Amino acid sequence: MNRLQGRVALVTGGLQGIGRAIVERFLAEGASVMLADLPSPDEAADALAALGDKAGYVRLDVGDEAGWPAAIAAIRERFGRLDILVANAGIDGTGRVQDMTLAAWHRTMRVNVDGVFLATRHCADLLSEGGRDWRGGASIVNISSIMGLVGIAQVSAYNASKGAVRLFTKSIALEFAAAKAPVRVNSVHPGFVETPLLIGSSDQAALDFYTAATPLGRMAQPPEIAAVVAFLASDDASYVTGAELVVDGGYTAQ
Amino acid sequence: MRRLEGKVALVTGGTGGIGAATVKRLAEEGAAVVFTGSNAEAAAGVSAATGAEFRAAKVDDPAGWAPLMEAIRDRHGRLDIAFANAGIEAGDGSVESITIEGWSQLIAVNLTGVMLTCQAVVGMMRANPGGPTGSIIVNSSMAAYKPMGNFVGYSTTKGALIALTKSVAMHCANQGTRIRCNSIHPGVVETDMIKNIIARQPDPGLARATYNAMAPLNRMAQVEEIAALVAFLATDETSFISGSEYSIDGCSTAGMMGV
Repeated sequence: MNRLQGRVALVTGGLQGIGRAIVERFLAEGASVMLADLPSPDEAADALAALGDKAGYVRLDVGDEAGWPAAIAAIRERFGRLDILVANAGIDGTGRVQDMTLAAWHRTMRVNVDGVFLATRHCADLLSEGGRDWRGGASIVNISSIMGLVGIAQVSAYNASKGAVRLFTKSIALEFAAAKAPVRVNSVHPGFVETPLLIGSSDQAALDFYTAATPLGRMAQPPEIAAVVAFLASDDASYVTGAELVVDGGYTAQ
Repeated sequence: MRRLEGKVALVTGGTGGIGAATVKRLAEEGAAVVFTGSNAEAAAGVSAATGAEFRAAKVDDPAGWAPLMEAIRDRHGRLDIAFANAGIEAGDGSVESITIEGWSQLIAVNLTGVMLTCQAVVGMMRANPGGPTGSIIVNSSMAAYKPMGNFVGYSTTKGALIALTKSVAMHCANQGTRIRCNSIHPGVVETDMIKNIIARQPDPGLARATYNAMAPLNRMAQVEEIAALVAFLATDETSFISGSEYSIDGCSTAGMMGV
């Protein structure tokens, strides 16, 4: 499959989990991909080498605006254009609300909300240019969550941040459509996904809950999320904008 | 792309519009496609262009489903994909103007017809060689979210399809099958029906502009764009997607329409 031949994508949080699966899928579809993540280039070197010469890397803390101009410059220098943005970088935010410090709350919002806003803000011009070359335009995919659709106890910060991503996405989709900018904007809402991060931070009881709470009776594999992102990035999704695509094994249908 | 090689698909209402475009796309992706409808002349054209097999059938006729499933079983031995697409708008009106006959016909085709489609194909998919697998895609509409005052029957049935879809998805999951069911929600699509309506207006240019302006993207969807989403949901790549509602409306429902 080569639906993304000739396109350049930026994937934040691209080194592991869902982000890594998206990077691999984009490369398989013929795209060039800039990964942005927290580790230093030296720390990321092995992972990057395994991805081949169509993958580049830039160290970026998505919630720190000071780092974005250099990331954009790196994309321009290495690939000369941008057609796809996947705002995937995110962190958790759980605990009893009485115990949650304002600092902890801000830590979640800084990455999950500020990071998504800054990604669109700094990539918008490049994407508006790049989108002119494709029937379906350029594509922004913001990774929200089922936790951006329904609440769960003691997940208030994460819930609030992912809900913000959902409506930020719709607002920007309308803004670009009204401005006739050739950029589609959609959110993806994964259910429980078997990522190293979730597996590593969950005890057996939690893992059992994720499986039991999902009608399909299992967690998602990262490539199942990447497939939806690849669809949204491709011209097959040329009329899909402002939408929220849920990939949750029926979790929110019950 | 040939993502559906070896799969067998059913498309109801496949003789025109979104249905015909989906027959074409699924066939291009490698699926063996059976489609239903009642316009034999249009069906012949679709068959000639795609190699798909036509079966004259009405989705709201309960007696028609067993013979149709039997025919697919005899010919293909399995069913992997069902696009419950058949639907009507004729006979609709506002809550004050609609007749009981018009209402009953809309419920029969748009709602009961989709239930009968799901009932028949779930039964067939359960018996698939290799285990109970399949993907059902229900064609709802953005009218499920933004009902129209002068289309009370259409809006109501399309809204009900959301709950029908989720109920089917939950049942299939609870039963331990790998049969998935999702709804899609197109905005205004430039079908032949819409083109004819536009052509009949005193000022076709103005009518077209009005339809285009219903989406913030400022154009109608092409039938091929809807078919692409159906094809995606038909692939095994979407194996974790069930009970979902996928909008494809050029941003029409992301905000308040017209604002």
